[in-house]
Amino acid sequence: MIRVASLAALLALWQIGAVFSDPRRLPGPLAVFETILAEAASGALFSNLAITLARVAASFALAMSLGTAIGYLMGRNRLADRLLDPWLVALLNLPALVVIVLAYVWAGLTEIAAISAVALNKLPNAVVVIREGARALDPQLQEMAEAFRFPPGARMRHLVLPQLAPYLAAATRSGLSLVWKVVLVVELLGRSNGVGFEINMAFQLFDMKLLLAYALPFVALMLGVETLLVQPLERYVARWRRGVA
Amino acid sequence: MSPAGGAASLNVAIAHKDHLRASGEPLRALEDLRLTLPAGQAGAVVGPSGCGKTTLLRLIAGLDRDYVGHIALPAHGRLGMVFQEPRLLPWRSVADNIAIAAPEASSPEIAALLDDLALTEHATHFPGELSLGLARRAALARALAVKPDLLLLDEPLVSLDAALARGLRDKIAALIDEKRITTLIVTHDLAEAIALADRVFLLSPRPARIVATLDIPAPRARLTKASGLALETQAREALLRSQ
Ligand SMILES: Nc1ncnc2c1ncn2[C@@H]1O[C@H](COP(=O)(O)OP(=O)(O)OP(=O)(O)O)[C@@H](O)[C@H]1O
Ligand SMILES: [Mg+2]
Repeated sequence: MIRVASLAALLALWQIGAVFSDPRRLPGPLAVFETILAEAASGALFSNLAITLARVAASFALAMSLGTAIGYLMGRNRLADRLLDPWLVALLNLPALVVIVLAYVWAGLTEIAAISAVALNKLPNAVVVIREGARALDPQLQEMAEAFRFPPGARMRHLVLPQLAPYLAAATRSGLSLVWKVVLVVELLGRSNGVGFEINMAFQLFDMKLLLAYALPFVALMLGVETLLVQPLERYVARWRRGVA
Repeated sequence: MSPAGGAASLNVAIAHKDHLRASGEPLRALEDLRLTLPAGQAGAVVGPSGCGKTTLLRLIAGLDRDYVGHIALPAHGRLGMVFQEPRLLPWRSVADNIAIAAPEASSPEIAALLDDLALTEHATHFPGELSLGLARRAALARALAVKPDLLLLDEPLVSLDAALARGLRDKIAALIDEKRITTLIVTHDLAEAIALADRVFLLSPRPARIVATLDIPAPRARLTKASGLALETQAREALLRSQ
């Protein structure tokens, strides 16, 4: 309810702003909505959204699975941690743009280069978060599992993953928003379709209606993923905690 | 191996065991500790707080291999353990906690065990919803569910109120008589040890060694109050002599 009210307030503010400014700089909500409908009718909106969403999904999955494996290893193995830590720090501090340009230069303007560049931007963050989780695993429960001879699969499922779940959720949340922002940049620089490409076109034509007509549905889409997928999943894995609504 | 099970007794001969302090100095927890527990019997290890009882159990359980000495476990060596804290998986229900630790146990077996320990109505509860006494019982059910050849109990009755402790003590005594599992119980309460065990091992303060071994001629249900008290006096005298 509060979320709806705050969204309505944002819309109102936008409308007021639009009234007082040049429509070419800030078109009103209605004009943008009409553009969205037009783009939707031609099918371009959906195909571009779908392509961008697929890139987000692929690079997110790649970054999370690699990041979880590496982070777990670094959290549990001191040698691995010391070996990989300098790489991690370097990657953490490498600007997204540098990674993207290097990927395009080395691997060409290809889909693989685009997805790897995005994944590489998300990877260090996932590693850091999961490493923290792996370090915090309860040694008393580890010992219990050892005494009862838990097989490796059961250890993963019943001991490790439930303890990593809050860290995985945190990495997912910060990850999704980071990934989709970087995907747009990657599309702008080296792809010929997707939301980022369309926004670039709109920018070149100085068509603010078109720009917003692509940006807003995508934000709404990611908001939907967050509320309909990420949050329910978080609640489900935390159902054993008392006092969680 | 003789069918009488003589070869399957628990044999512990530890020359010494040192912990490493945070400062890096070694801290001797056990020294020259020897004990033998025949198969199918219950032994109780009694000693003052901090003397090294948990350390001893962890060595027997194979959770810590950094010691000098030798430990021989009963045949097969399937281990059931109740830690000093319940150590249940907080994100799994009581029934799941048991089923995960004992994948071979059938669900009727688990149900019977839960019933034995008056846990049936808590089977679907998460450990966070249990009182400490219930959690201890759940941990005991988990240890029994694996059908252990060796059962290790670390202070299973500590910090329960007197009535609850007596109830659980009687339950453990009945289970020992019924299932005849080789059992080692750690406690600092002499009366509790005498009420549960066939054989009581009295430990010195740290570094722990055995100062006296007490055989209970008529253990558990057959133990009269008078002979229990007499044994307790005998044990206290042995402890005094050792000091
Ligand atoms: N991991 C460890 N590192 C360093 N010292 C330890 C460690 N574990 C135990 N100790 C020390 O070894 C001694 C014996 O500890 P232990 O836990 O075996 O005692 P306990 O007899 O079980 O005591 P309590 O009755 O209080 O449970 C204690 O002085 C303790 O401080
Ligand atoms: Mg202890």
